[in-house]
Amino acid sequence: MNVDETNLPGLGRRKDFMTASGRRIGVVELREGQTELIVSTWDDPDTCQASIPLTSDEAATLGNLLGGMHLAMKLAEEHKDVPGIVTRQFSIAADSPFQNQPMGKACIRTRCGVSIVAIMREGEVLPSPGPDVVLHPGDLLVAVGTQEGLDSAAEILRHG
Amino acid sequence: MDPLAQTLVELGAVVFCLGLLARLAGRIGMSPIPFYLLGGLAFGAGGIIKLEGMHEFAHLSGEIGVILLLLMLGLEYTAAELFTGLRRSWQAGVLDLVLNFLPGAGLALLLGWGGVGAMVMGGVTYISSSGIAAKVITDLGRLGNRETPVVLSILVFEDLAMAVYLPILTATLAGVGFLGGLTTVAIALAVVTVVLMVALRHGHHVSKAVHSENSEVFLLNVLGAALLVAGAASAMQVSAAVGAFMLGIAISGSTAHNATLILEPLRDLFAAIFFVAFGLNTDPSAIPPVLGWALVLAVATAGTKMMTGIWAARHAGIARPGRFRAGAALVARGEFSIVIAGLAVASGAVPHQLAALATAYVLLMAVMGPLAARYVEPLAKPFIRRPAVAPQP
Repeated sequence: MNVDETNLPGLGRRKDFMTASGRRIGVVELREGQTELIVSTWDDPDTCQASIPLTSDEAATLGNLLGGMHLAMKLAEEHKDVPGIVTRQFSIAADSPFQNQPMGKACIRTRCGVSIVAIMREGEVLPSPGPDVVLHPGDLLVAVGTQEGLDSAAEILRHG
Repeated sequence: MDPLAQTLVELGAVVFCLGLLARLAGRIGMSPIPFYLLGGLAFGAGGIIKLEGMHEFAHLSGEIGVILLLLMLGLEYTAAELFTGLRRSWQAGVLDLVLNFLPGAGLALLLGWGGVGAMVMGGVTYISSSGIAAKVITDLGRLGNRETPVVLSILVFEDLAMAVYLPILTATLAGVGFLGGLTTVAIALAVVTVVLMVALRHGHHVSKAVHSENSEVFLLNVLGAALLVAGAASAMQVSAAVGAFMLGIAISGSTAHNATLILEPLRDLFAAIFFVAFGLNTDPSAIPPVLGWALVLAVATAGTKMMTGIWAARHAGIARPGRFRAGAALVARGEFSIVIAGLAVASGAVPHQLAALATAYVLLMAVMGPLAARYVEPLAKPFIRRPAVAPQP
């Protein structure tokens, strides 16, 4: 993917690329440190339909969502020959009983036979996390298991 | 009332009124500059209310306001940005200079203000307000637009042009002859080149000299250095503003960024007083006779800025709507036009109507600029054919 970087003298930097559907999408990093998500209009790729200011938390969460989707899609692709195995993503809510706790405390593999294969955090992937990894609010867990197992894992992560 | 009490009351009342005006301007989404100018006209000679006590203070504060305006113009772009800007957009920059300098200079000659008047009015109509342009671009959510870098690089070029223009202007105003003028130009060019080279190679040394982790120490360092350099430049018959501007260019990197943040409130205060002081010294009754010319000049130079932006954006491969947006973003004139007119009026080398014309012109352009940027697309609809690209399903 070819990302264009353009200097905005006195203001900051723009990083964007053209999507297959003909829209320009990217971010503007301002000198003061804020980030804006920009999306062009469909009829004029020069102009922006939206430029949305994001806090660093919001930007990281959005990065997780998009990155997690990509990872989940790849995993699903790899598991498609194994019937009954599904990939799903769970996000750790701010009120989850396991936030700021080591992941092993939830005993997800023991209790429902589901494996957490990756954690997406602030736009980065932690592959095959061990039981000692501490979960943070906003983390996105990528889990593989059976449909029923995943349902109960979701229940555990939400309510303990 | 004793003089001190009177001065304090007057100053307090003026600053308070400016606060109200700035708030009103913010409420209706406009630049406060025209309001400050109107405020100055109202308080000054021949205005509604007469203020006597604060003249001296207003004069000195206005000078400091100019120094801070130019210092921060210099801080705005790094030396590297200036060089890249010069390399990439010199064609658009030269077109901008020619198209927008000529109307002002031509009108000054037509009104019989001579070469000096032409030099001043050319500068007044040439320089866009980078403050208003940047605010308009941010407020209208056009930071991510493709034409925005085009607009910004033209502003960068104007910044550089100011570095050469101001020393020449100062020399012209001081009334040096042709040969002396050439010498000054040569010196100005040499100084600008040296400062840029120093800023590019050794900018961190200059930055280090004024930098401090403590914001109080940092503020005093930067402000002290600016006033010292400005004073020295003034003593050497180069304008104080030029000295501050050069210092601004020489300070770079994160120090420049921090200096901008820390100086902003001071700049806002002193620049506001500068605009008021300029208005104070302009006789409001001199404005109606030149209002017609100001209107003609406003329409003509709005057109020439549009042409500049349209050409530059087309050159950069921007589609039609973006070209119009680029042109309109450049229309606003503001603080630096008044700085130029202020230097000229203070030197006494130009007729008094020039101040009135410059005031009326900036009043019009500072109001028209943001409006043009906002409404250019609907207004330019007849000229914009829909792009040939079919909408994607």
